[in-house]
Amino acid sequence: MPEPIFRLDNVKKRYGHTEALKGVTFELAEGDFMSVFGPNGAGKSTLLKILSTLTKPSEGDIFFKGTPIKKMKDDFRRHFGVISHQPFLYENLSAFENLVFYGRLYGLKDVPARADFLLKRVELLARKHDRVRAFSRGMLQRLSIARALMHDPDIILLDEPYTGLDQHASLVLTGILKEQFSLKKTIVMVTHNLPRGYELASRIVVVKGGKFTLDSKKEEIPEKEFEEIYMQAVS
Amino acid sequence: MGYFNTVFCIFRKDILEEFKSKEVVNSMLVFSLLVVVVFSFIFEPGSDMKNEVVGGILWMSFVFAGLLGLNKSMMTEVQGGNLQALLLSPVDPSSIFFGKVLSNFTFMAMVEIITIPIFTVLYNVNVFAGGALTASVFFLGTYGFAVLGTLFSLISVNTRTREVMLPLLLLPILVPVILASVQSLNIFVLGHDHALAYPWLKILLIFDIIFTAVVFAVFDFIVEE
Repeated sequence: MPEPIFRLDNVKKRYGHTEALKGVTFELAEGDFMSVFGPNGAGKSTLLKILSTLTKPSEGDIFFKGTPIKKMKDDFRRHFGVISHQPFLYENLSAFENLVFYGRLYGLKDVPARADFLLKRVELLARKHDRVRAFSRGMLQRLSIARALMHDPDIILLDEPYTGLDQHASLVLTGILKEQFSLKKTIVMVTHNLPRGYELASRIVVVKGGKFTLDSKKEEIPEKEFEEIYMQAVS
Repeated sequence: MGYFNTVFCIFRKDILEEFKSKEVVNSMLVFSLLVVVVFSFIFEPGSDMKNEVVGGILWMSFVFAGLLGLNKSMMTEVQGGNLQALLLSPVDPSSIFFGKVLSNFTFMAMVEIITIPIFTVLYNVNVFAGGALTASVFFLGTYGFAVLGTLFSLISVNTRTREVMLPLLLLPILVPVILASVQSLNIFVLGHDHALAYPWLKILLIFDIIFTAVVFAVFDFIVEE
């Protein structure tokens, strides 16, 4: 059996006296698309921060392809592409300059060509030399997707990526996520958007009070019953 | 990516951003020149007393202008979550920090290069009487300010009262740098024996080395949360 991409073993995270995660244990297989649902303050974003190594767990172990994350060098972060509700972009730089900067930071070759390819993919090639500060929320998010995919990551982590998106940007994002899933990329998406999260996922997780209250394959949850099952899981 | 390539990558990005926005250097320069000009009105023309205090006035203008620049420089990393994106990249976090230090050092140096000739004319003093030694005072003093300033701007930038918090945290720790820079500059301006400046230069050098090493060692812990 292949080694899972991630294995979390009784992971806890405390912020002062508040316990954001209360002993989470799960495995994530390569090529999984895990949609994580839950009410505000449930611990979803903390889980994503821990997976992306932005924060360390207070207790418990995380393994990446069988190796404890603690023992991994900085370079292993190139496996991750993170899309947040924050754009991670420099507003005084143009769309192209932002992508080139991140491409160089990741030590990529032929950075301008890769930036052009992704700008075309997110339908922003015509605006490549415009400063990011002039972009709408939807355009920012599309550019943010391009930034996260610059280094062609194996694992894509998304924190409420549909927040504030217009229809066009939502369609572009959905198209790219379906494409990445078909390429066997491992995806974890935290979202409040139940229909969209269900549509894309291969695995459904509900978090409440820092614990998984539902962890199931998508085919085990009929689409019509999902909302009711979700409500039970968070009640 | 190599450590120094990352430092240079961050530096190049900051310079490009500054070239396009002109937010940091312009505001620092205006403030620095204002301080220098306003203080020049205090002294009567030909007054000898001014030679005793010019070092302090010049460094005060750099330090307060630098505080202004540090806040602006770090804000670009916090707005839009950019610092998180940098920390997610496959590079040593301290290389990101030293990239910012290099940028802040360059912004300060640009302000100093423009301010010093104007200062020389207004106060009628030869700041560079110490030659290369004077240059090393500016270099070491500016570097010390950039290292500590970048560190504390990173800590204070997420607080609501960052404009107050940064000088409150930074200035007490920066006292040895300011004192050594001012004292050695005064020695050169007053035409004293240059050897008197060596102990101050040693303090500057030791301070810079210690804080570079400390930041290198603890930076990961500072940015973790």
